[in-house]
Amino acid sequence: MISSRERVRLALEHKEPDCVPLDLGATSVTGMHVDTVYRLRQTLDLDPPGTPVKIIEPFQMLGEIKPDLIQALAIDTVQVGGTGTAFGFPMEGWKEWKTFGGVPALVPAGFNTQTEPNGDLLLYPQGDRSAPASGRMPAGGFYFDVIVRQQPFKDEDLRVEDNLEEFSVVSDQETDHYRRCAEEFYTQTDKALVLNLGALSLGNIARVPGPALKSPRGIRDVEEWYVSLSSRRAHVYKIFERQTEINLANVQKLYAAVGNRISVVNLTGTDFGAQNGPLVSPQTYRNLFLPFHKLVNDWVHRNTTWKTFIHSCGSVWALVDDFIAAGFDVLNPVQCSAARMNPFDLKSKFGSRITFWGGGVDTQATLPFGSPQEVREEVRERIRAFGPGGGFVFNAVHNIQALVPAENVLSMYRTASEYGRYPLRVASAA
Amino acid sequence: MAQFEELKQAIIDGKAPVSKALTEKMLAEGVRPGEFFPKAIIPAMDEVGRRMRECEFFIPEVLIAARAARASSDILRPLLVGEDAMTAAGIVVCGTVKGDLHDIGKNIVAMMLESAGFKIVDLGVDVTAEKIVNAVRDHQANLVAMSALLTTTMVNMKGVIEALTAAGLRTQVKIMVGGAPVTDAWAHSIGADGYGKDAPSAVELARQLVAA
Repeated sequence: MISSRERVRLALEHKEPDCVPLDLGATSVTGMHVDTVYRLRQTLDLDPPGTPVKIIEPFQMLGEIKPDLIQALAIDTVQVGGTGTAFGFPMEGWKEWKTFGGVPALVPAGFNTQTEPNGDLLLYPQGDRSAPASGRMPAGGFYFDVIVRQQPFKDEDLRVEDNLEEFSVVSDQETDHYRRCAEEFYTQTDKALVLNLGALSLGNIARVPGPALKSPRGIRDVEEWYVSLSSRRAHVYKIFERQTEINLANVQKLYAAVGNRISVVNLTGTDFGAQNGPLVSPQTYRNLFLPFHKLVNDWVHRNTTWKTFIHSCGSVWALVDDFIAAGFDVLNPVQCSAARMNPFDLKSKFGSRITFWGGGVDTQATLPFGSPQEVREEVRERIRAFGPGGGFVFNAVHNIQALVPAENVLSMYRTASEYGRYPLRVASAA
Repeated sequence: MAQFEELKQAIIDGKAPVSKALTEKMLAEGVRPGEFFPKAIIPAMDEVGRRMRECEFFIPEVLIAARAARASSDILRPLLVGEDAMTAAGIVVCGTVKGDLHDIGKNIVAMMLESAGFKIVDLGVDVTAEKIVNAVRDHQANLVAMSALLTTTMVNMKGVIEALTAAGLRTQVKIMVGGAPVTDAWAHSIGADGYGKDAPSAVELARQLVAA
């Protein structure tokens, strides 16, 4: 049997390995909500009841995918991530906490909350409760949403620097952390290492409001940002130009530390698609984003063996050719429930030029609301669509959410393991 | 009249300062406030909706056009009295359901409904069933438009419909739903009257529902 790393490598080279590689948790967009991780671990008897699960991403409330779970589900990937969080506090000094779903969890020391009179939970930038809160979880909710703290501004006063505050050159200490992780996972596991540099996203709407900043300046309102993509295009271009300079310096610095131990680098999580079509026109993508994406992709391809990964939810059919032109090797999450995202059409039009990472089962309906049998049928169909010829790494469409039954998660991965063996049994009957 | 064409074009092009200035100029020249909606604003936003549906316009362009429409309608609304008083196409209570804080989609729907002549009572995000019931009663609304982005919150739409039924208001209002995970089948299963897959469809649906 070949190693996980080799399996992923072959798939990314558009060759058929022994079976379709499986991902869970290698990125912050292919993970699982903490409540579901807990229930899954209990179902698999990995922990005694009441054993807390670490929240490794407090914005989407993702739970830690530990090696025993990776082993249990035969996952082929592992995440190499930073020590920071979207809210600007580090992942250290763990303390106990309970989710609204009643799940015992561990959160970083900087995860300082305050409960509003209506039961909503507030979270603070850098854990500082004297600063205005930057995250809100509605009472009974499952995730934090970013609180927009837009200061009034006049167009003539806008400065590019104001939207750069959260972009900085990665510290030597942080670089060392990446080096240690990469070294450890490379030598002690056979998994494919996925480097996460999601902070490099240009115009990621989850980050534009500056949740890590105590007093964000510049354009921080979500609607104002989208308007600016058209009405302040030159200004946004300059912001992206400066952000890309910093990003590229970081990619170079991290490459020097981790080298070619990395298989894939997750470069951007900015969403370009909505349910029914792109959020921005292909022209806007080409003018405003593509040149910068291409700059980073070109450097990576000239200097490393890494494959580059773009995450964009929604209907992006109209943009995939541009993503390929920008140099991306991998597209995620492949939201087949969005308009024009039929899996067979995607594979036939783009499959020889880009790897689909995700798309394995729908997370808007099938996974949360379907039966294990329905999950099974859909997984088989998606393997038939995306699997032939390689160029497919199996994962659900985006993170597996709260309230997804553990049985459905198990059905998903077991079906993928069973039917993902090459040569695929591609008969059309489910 | 060429000026209405010019105003319509300014809105479609998203030129808020132009639409504001033109509106003021036309009013000063004696154009009646009641004429602007049927002759410029509603046709302009119908065209924006068409372009959105046909993937010529995207989120930035739609938002900018809606702002330009608002620059004009904000001047006009206080003037719509007496014989110019606009009969609202319908009174819509809208909001994102309990537990959900996402509002870009809901805001675009609200802006487009408003530009289509509906009176909007926007309750914002994280809205309880009780709040919707009270707003329907207080404003004598004939439409409820609910939004949800999350699979974990779309279930709350059902609770709102049940609450409206329990309050004896279900026959008074038509209910439309939308949002990323929401589908036509889901709308039917919870007893809603319709599903709008995007903002232009929501406007079309609202017109059909109030006409029915």
